Amino acid sequence: MASGARPGMRLTDARALDPTLLAEPADPTGDAALLKRLARWAGRWSPLVEVDPSTARGTGGEDGLRLDVSGVAHLFGGEERLAADMERSFAGLGLTARIAIAPTAAAAWALARYAPPPWGEVSSRSGDGGGLRAFVPFPPPACGWHPPAGGELFAALAPLPVAALRLEARSVQILERLGLKTIGQLARVPRKSLQRRFREADNPLHALDRALGRRPEPLTAAPYAPSPRALARLAEPATHPEAAGQALERLVPDLARQLAQRRLGVRRLHLAGYRVDGSIAGSGVATAIPSRDPAHLHRLLKDKAAALDPGFGFDAFALTASWCEPLGAAQDSLVEEPDGVGEVAKLVDRLSVKLGAERVRRPVAVESHVPERASGWVAAVEVPLPLAGGVRGGPVPIVRHALPPAPSRKREGEKRPHHLLDHPEAIAVVYATPEGLPRRFVWRRLVHDIARVEGPERIAPEWWRERSSARLRDYYRVEDEAGRRYWIYREGVINDGRGGAPLWFLHGLFG
Amino acid sequence: MARGLSLVAGGGSRAVETCAPAKAGTQSGEAVGALRASGPLPSQGYWGLPQPPRPTLCELFAASARDGGWAGFLLPQIDAAKPLLWIQERMAIVEAGRVHPAGLGLAELIHVEARDARDALWAMEEGLRCASLSAVVGEIRGDPAVLDFTATRRLAVAAERSGVACWLVRLGGTANLSGARMRWRIASGPSLPHPFDPKAPGALAWDAELFRARGFAPGRWSVALETNRFHLLPPTGDRALEEERLYA
Repeated sequence: MASGARPGMRLTDARALDPTLLAEPADPTGDAALLKRLARWAGRWSPLVEVDPSTARGTGGEDGLRLDVSGVAHLFGGEERLAADMERSFAGLGLTARIAIAPTAAAAWALARYAPPPWGEVSSRSGDGGGLRAFVPFPPPACGWHPPAGGELFAALAPLPVAALRLEARSVQILERLGLKTIGQLARVPRKSLQRRFREADNPLHALDRALGRRPEPLTAAPYAPSPRALARLAEPATHPEAAGQALERLVPDLARQLAQRRLGVRRLHLAGYRVDGSIAGSGVATAIPSRDPAHLHRLLKDKAAALDPGFGFDAFALTASWCEPLGAAQDSLVEEPDGVGEVAKLVDRLSVKLGAERVRRPVAVESHVPERASGWVAAVEVPLPLAGGVRGGPVPIVRHALPPAPSRKREGEKRPHHLLDHPEAIAVVYATPEGLPRRFVWRRLVHDIARVEGPERIAPEWWRERSSARLRDYYRVEDEAGRRYWIYREGVINDGRGGAPLWFLHGLFG
Repeated sequence: MARGLSLVAGGGSRAVETCAPAKAGTQSGEAVGALRASGPLPSQGYWGLPQPPRPTLCELFAASARDGGWAGFLLPQIDAAKPLLWIQERMAIVEAGRVHPAGLGLAELIHVEARDARDALWAMEEGLRCASLSAVVGEIRGDPAVLDFTATRRLAVAAERSGVACWLVRLGGTANLSGARMRWRIASGPSLPHPFDPKAPGALAWDAELFRARGFAPGRWSVALETNRFHLLPPTGDRALEEERLYA
């Protein structure tokens, strides 16, 4: 950088050199995930893309992509244009890319990272360091690898430091101590004298050979497997509504076969009907645990298929498994065994498909002592099923909300009602003293005389979450003269400075 | 009569721990006879809440939505270790509140909010097909037209076929013709005294009326839940009044 700050320096040193530096915490997993997605995206230039497995010394983590652009350059009008296109596209994403094209992967790595400014073109761009481009005017090999094309590649690599060969730090140190600081110097030393000084795994001679193309270095591209998809084309357009249902009988077994071949189970299915006028009618279905049982999937999709609107007629149907998870083959071999978890998951799928995923829910414990927040709900298709529960009062899955996890067991003596009103209802209460126990209350126009009272249980507002004018609640467990039991609370205390006279509310019903 | 039963002298009602076994003689025979006036007793002399021998459809009628006592009566009869499916109709949620998992103490709960009674009945039937559930509880408010004899009969047959207990709770409904094997009317009753705090509500108690059952004689009992078992209470707390009522 212009001010002298370099990667690998301590933050305080870098800040001393350049006070305007911003510091952000590193997120290696996020970066790795982003790089994977970029690798998929870089498939627009080449079918073989690999995330660079070697780490750049000093920065840590993976931050490079290797593309095999043999035979691709002519599609973009030449290598220069290809590199310019790449740079433009990455800049459009907000990333500065250092691009190098070379006959071998190791040479491209070295040039992209270590080529000094006088070699390549430097294009400065809005002051953020600029992109560095270096390329060797070589036609890349058409297929496989070729013996090195000659001295130009060597001439390009010679001035680079030996660290550009992707060696371990120790080997680099040894080489520098030996006085071999650049690749050119390394190449001039007779091979036999270096051979016995370094281990097989990290021999700089092998690295040099890889860079010059004398040793092959294959690229293992990340496999791109398209989602399993079953397609049914109709001989002539079908306008009757049962067309989708009939097509389903062909699509579901086909998709199940594909899933079985790839040992996958489906979590999200999408059924699309392609109409003659070019529009698409689609609907989706979700399952709680991965499944490829044709009967189960058919039952889930039946109603959705019947609801597709034919319009002017359907030409084709496609059933895509948009989200799959690995599902072992062993699951299939247990025929008709009553598996508790699987049965409940299928029930949840059927209910969610017909009623809507947000209406079928499971409780999730939330870190809050305010009662209406402490019982959180999550759609049952989303949550992986809890493990076989224990006894009454056993733990439920916890959702962390910026607080360290607390034990989920019910605290001793804490009684909570069976039913909780979504919105506490205001009641009119008669009490002997303002902070005393209530005597009588009117709820929904009926008078209840209170015979027994237990309380108060004070639940203070969560001051880190609510306004400063939030009032505390004193909960009472009351029983009226007929025996009905309620959970009522008084919001606020008289003279607490946050409002007038406290109001009373009814929050829950006890058994 | 008092000799055979262990009643606590002094005010208030107190749960009868056990009924005296019939072999003790005439005094306890009288005691057993006194209790028999209100309902059947199994031969060994311990009163047990009538429960169906096989899981089936049971109907609970709550007098109104503002009486939540049926939930406390229902929960001890369900196996808490297996998943429970609880279906509430939208109007039942509005009137009587949503199920609060912290107050139930179940291992696994799946809650369904149905838009209307038709969806709720469909969900109950679907739930009864899954044999891994402990029970299916459905709350319906009032008397929707779709809840007729046929619907309840389908639920009963589905419950018996799969072995999953089904509880249909009617909040403020009228007891029309129904296919349920046992039909209860549950009202909350005054609770027992709290052991440590005289002002606090103690163990839960209900006035339970079994008005139609297959295999049991109908009856009406005051029941309390103590130490996770249902115990009988004399209908009124006053012993003198009780004797007069039975022998007059």
